[in-house]
Amino acid sequence: MKDPLIVVLLSTAVIAGTPLLFAALGEILSERAGVLNLGVEGMMLVGAVSGYIATVQSGNHWVGVIAALGAGGMMAAIHAFLSVTLRANQVVSGLALTIFGTGLSAFLGKGYIGRPVPDVFKPVEIPVLSRIPYAGKILFEHDSLVYLSFLLVIMIWIIVFKTRWGLNLRAVGENPAAADSMGIPVYLTRYLCVISGGMLAGLGGAYLSLAYAPTWVENMTSGRGWIAVALVIFAVWHPGKAIVGAYIFGGVDSLGFHIQAMGDKALFLKDVSPFFLQMLPYILTIIVLIIVTSETKKRRVGTPASLGLPYDREER
Amino acid sequence: MTTPLVKMVSITKRFPGVTANKDIYFELRPGEIHALLGENGAGKSTLMNILTGLYMPDEGDIYIRGTKVKFSSPRGAIESGIGMVHQHFRLVPTFSVAENVIMGSGDHGFFVNMKSVEEKLARFSGEYGINVMPGSKIWQLSVGEQQRVEIVKMLYRGTNIMILDEPTAVLTPQESRELFATLRRMADMGKGIIVISHKIQEVLDNADRITVLRDGRYVDTFSGKDTDSRKLTMAMVDRDISFGQNLADKPKGNFILRLKGLTVLGDRGQKALKSLSLNLCKGEILGIAGVAGNGQKELAEVIAGLREVAAGDIEVRGERFTGKSARAMIDAGISLIPEDRLGTGLVGPLNIMENSILKNYRSGEVASGWFINWKRVREYAHRLVDKFDVKTTGVDAPVRMLSGGNLQKLLLAREITNDPDVIVAVYPVRGLDVGAIEFVRNILLRQRDTGKGILLISEELEELFMLSDRVAVIHEGEIMGILDREDFDLERVGRLMAGEREEGAYERAANR
Amino acid sequence: MSGLPIGRDRVLVLEKRGHFSQSAALLVPVISIICALFGGSLFLLATGYDPVEIYVTMLSGAFGSAYGLSETVVKAIPLMLCGLAVSVAFRMQLWNIGAEGQLYMGAVAASWVALFHGEGSRLGVLALMFLAAAAAGGIWGLIPAIPRALFKVNETITTLMLNYVAILYSNYLVYGPWKDPKGMNFPLSAVFPEHATLPYFGDTRIHLGLVFGLIAAVMLYIILWHTRWGYEIRVIGESPVAARYAGMNIARNILLVMALSGGLAGLAGMAEVSGITQRLQPNLSPGYGYTAIIVAWLGRLNPFAITGVSFLLAGLLVGGYNMQMSGLPAATVSILQGAILFFILGGEILTKYHLRIRDARGIEVAE
Repeated sequence: MKDPLIVVLLSTAVIAGTPLLFAALGEILSERAGVLNLGVEGMMLVGAVSGYIATVQSGNHWVGVIAALGAGGMMAAIHAFLSVTLRANQVVSGLALTIFGTGLSAFLGKGYIGRPVPDVFKPVEIPVLSRIPYAGKILFEHDSLVYLSFLLVIMIWIIVFKTRWGLNLRAVGENPAAADSMGIPVYLTRYLCVISGGMLAGLGGAYLSLAYAPTWVENMTSGRGWIAVALVIFAVWHPGKAIVGAYIFGGVDSLGFHIQAMGDKALFLKDVSPFFLQMLPYILTIIVLIIVTSETKKRRVGTPASLGLPYDREER
Repeated sequence: MTTPLVKMVSITKRFPGVTANKDIYFELRPGEIHALLGENGAGKSTLMNILTGLYMPDEGDIYIRGTKVKFSSPRGAIESGIGMVHQHFRLVPTFSVAENVIMGSGDHGFFVNMKSVEEKLARFSGEYGINVMPGSKIWQLSVGEQQRVEIVKMLYRGTNIMILDEPTAVLTPQESRELFATLRRMADMGKGIIVISHKIQEVLDNADRITVLRDGRYVDTFSGKDTDSRKLTMAMVDRDISFGQNLADKPKGNFILRLKGLTVLGDRGQKALKSLSLNLCKGEILGIAGVAGNGQKELAEVIAGLREVAAGDIEVRGERFTGKSARAMIDAGISLIPEDRLGTGLVGPLNIMENSILKNYRSGEVASGWFINWKRVREYAHRLVDKFDVKTTGVDAPVRMLSGGNLQKLLLAREITNDPDVIVAVYPVRGLDVGAIEFVRNILLRQRDTGKGILLISEELEELFMLSDRVAVIHEGEIMGILDREDFDLERVGRLMAGEREEGAYERAANR
Repeated sequence: MSGLPIGRDRVLVLEKRGHFSQSAALLVPVISIICALFGGSLFLLATGYDPVEIYVTMLSGAFGSAYGLSETVVKAIPLMLCGLAVSVAFRMQLWNIGAEGQLYMGAVAASWVALFHGEGSRLGVLALMFLAAAAAGGIWGLIPAIPRALFKVNETITTLMLNYVAILYSNYLVYGPWKDPKGMNFPLSAVFPEHATLPYFGDTRIHLGLVFGLIAAVMLYIILWHTRWGYEIRVIGESPVAARYAGMNIARNILLVMALSGGLAGLAGMAEVSGITQRLQPNLSPGYGYTAIIVAWLGRLNPFAITGVSFLLAGLLVGGYNMQMSGLPAATVSILQGAILFFILGGEILTKYHLRIRDARGIEVAE
């Protein structure tokens, strides 16, 4: 039996949203600790290429995942060193990371373009859960990285809001001077959050090259890192809302593909140029950002108070 | 004799360009309230920041209960039982009281159960007779309540050596008395209390011993019983000072600024001013007394056109100015001396020339058409610097290199040279040394005598009583009462600051 | 301060300087480039290339021949215009990273004039292309400026998203309605009529766009340091609170500055289509809009320094093309660019802080 269109749409939305979700979760960690990292795009690219190369070389996709985590973490460490220890401008440092990562990924991936992935992440049906009508198909017939992302959402939510660590890391992002005076190691906390954020961005990249595409193409993230940064604002720095946002963007991202696949059945949409369909996620990002920002401004909630500000204990 | 809780010997700390502490000696015994007395810039805060591990001393040794220690971070000091309540509270506004108290500590397990923490905290603070609500968010609390949270936070961390930096600056006289009662209870339980202060009377009334610092050096340690205010003044300031006092007759000028039923929203959307009415005459200083955070900031900003009027009217010289822009208010002759000198009043990285034209860069005095004439700006800046005796290496120097006193002189020079009709001065002497305080106060008095209307917002009642023709007391965005000079009375103002309204205050505000 | 432990009982600490160091400010960009090249050579060694050979190839490619030099100048033109564009926005803390998209929209608008309104005198057509490109880039800069001015919507993300939209739009045109019917189905527009192309200097490919860039630098300098508007821009950039206090209209300045910024980047687009490709085509820019960020930061947002730095980075780009002949991917240049920016950012701290080595007691050992 063929699945209803809406189920197919939502199921691909989950897949297309997963790389965004990983990256957004990472950025939430980083920003909750007060460090803005605009290098997500670069970290994702380096993660994508490292995961790809490691998988091609080892023949095992889990080796690829570990390589992507490591590569993303190392990229983020550069940003942490510049913005936390050297107190550099976080916006520019993040941009530098993106430029650097774009170049590095293209350099590393040069010899691998078009090589097949020996060990792709394949869908695994979860027993019982995948039998739930509609929802089972949409949520529980995916590859294991999707399930890992579900787990991470719950884990990060618990860590940030229910544990000692979370209390400390939020304190560092809100008021580092207060955190410092209570003996919370501000620099260490920021380093850890930025680096784990980078690892998750790397994982998001690897999802693209090992499961979603699965192949390596230069600049294959095409702005997803930036959309992830926007998602964090949309999610008001909350992992639970990030998952919703990621799937909405994932859905829009894959919409163009579906419309083309439907051919004449897509009615008037079939005449829309694919170039315009490809614009949708970017335009949606802008519109959502405008709506969310003006709303949160009214409700006066959200942004960690010290986001983007370097901390200097002896600042007088 | 018992071992002192704290002994600091020959402490020296240098910052680029200044020696903040030079060869300082300090000792704290268990069970005492020890005041650290000195002018602004005497080195009190630096010394305490060294004791709390925030700064590392360049020279000197610290002994805690007789053991030599070396703190490389606040963690070490916390573990030695040292805690400090800073003037700017170290609290996370979006966190609850309980979250603020337990953050950074490892005693509550990995998964934190806030409910049980809150119950435990309520019991704990009760033991010290301090009332806090563990579940409420910090931003919902008054300044006095936030201070209590800070104290509880320290006690909860097992603090035996508690340092309070100018704790009464944000309190009403009654609240201050309550605070010292709490501190005395804590001292009687064997804790050592250090109170940083520059208020001589307060120190005499409450401290067991008093250590005086001056210009970053140790002067002497006095016993509270055997000293008096004259001796302390001599130790604190090594010269005679004479603050100007307003002795002039009652002003007979007309209203120059009228606020009628003004309602203004604060940053969080709360009503910061509630239907507030106030009149300012030509040639008078109207003091605004009140605990910080009761609408003073919003009052100053709305007059300067920096905050929207939600309801009510502003009149300047009888003309309606409600809802006008900041530029229109400047052009109408309203000048604001902001609380935040460097950042709002002056732009740190820009030089003195550029800062001197911040308000009149559009005028023909320094600009021709679209262009700025830097030759004329240079002359203008030199005039300001000369007239107000600003100490600087030259008008090309960035203003962030100026000292606090010189910053305020430059700011006043710029504002007064523009010849405004109304001056709104917000905490104009905060953080200044004695010489600069004298200078600023005399300028305000002179401006009054030339017929300007001055709204003086201050947290020091003594200052308000010395300078003002009238004092209005603000509480939660409302004027609780207005006193003429012959009625100035510390107790009465204190009651008004605490929110006890006086009958007829509103009518007087509207009609005077 | 805790500092970075280096060996036994030694820590490296940063201490705030009493004043801003002028000599450090001049040295930092130079040292940054040297460090980046050195770091790059380690990277090349590690990946099995000979750094000396590659750098020599790069250098001689960019500056070693008349052709190389002229190509460097040609690439410097869009870098200069985009660098100036982002610098004026950066000065107001507006993180316009949309120069790339603004460049494309400028190119589209100029092409529209050239392809469909190309009749008339050369001066007239070029002037029209100039205005259309500046307007289109300016509008593309204004779109994110409006929500930023009204609701403080993060302009970093919105300007970047608009890059993708602009590039897709330009691609739509050359793959669709503007495709040259005589072009054998290549995604290229028709070639511009001759009087819609910028004149060249001698027989080089250096075109009149160079003059646009130089004039723009002088004008920006005059605006920033000699006009009331420039004074407002600088005050807002250093302290928005002080600017509001001084009665300046911040929202209006955000709109004006972003329009100016977009307009300059738009001109870079016109210079590219009218001076180099002489038609609209995909991949018009190899990321000039992003490299411009590095140009602006290296030039410390100073218009004249930016002009100079744009030649340096253009040399890096041209050298990069030469490097490809040694078997290296063109992306190596982006790695070097990113590294340069890292070193500048890291080095900037030396203009504000001293680096000191202290022993365990906090006594200074060395500076």
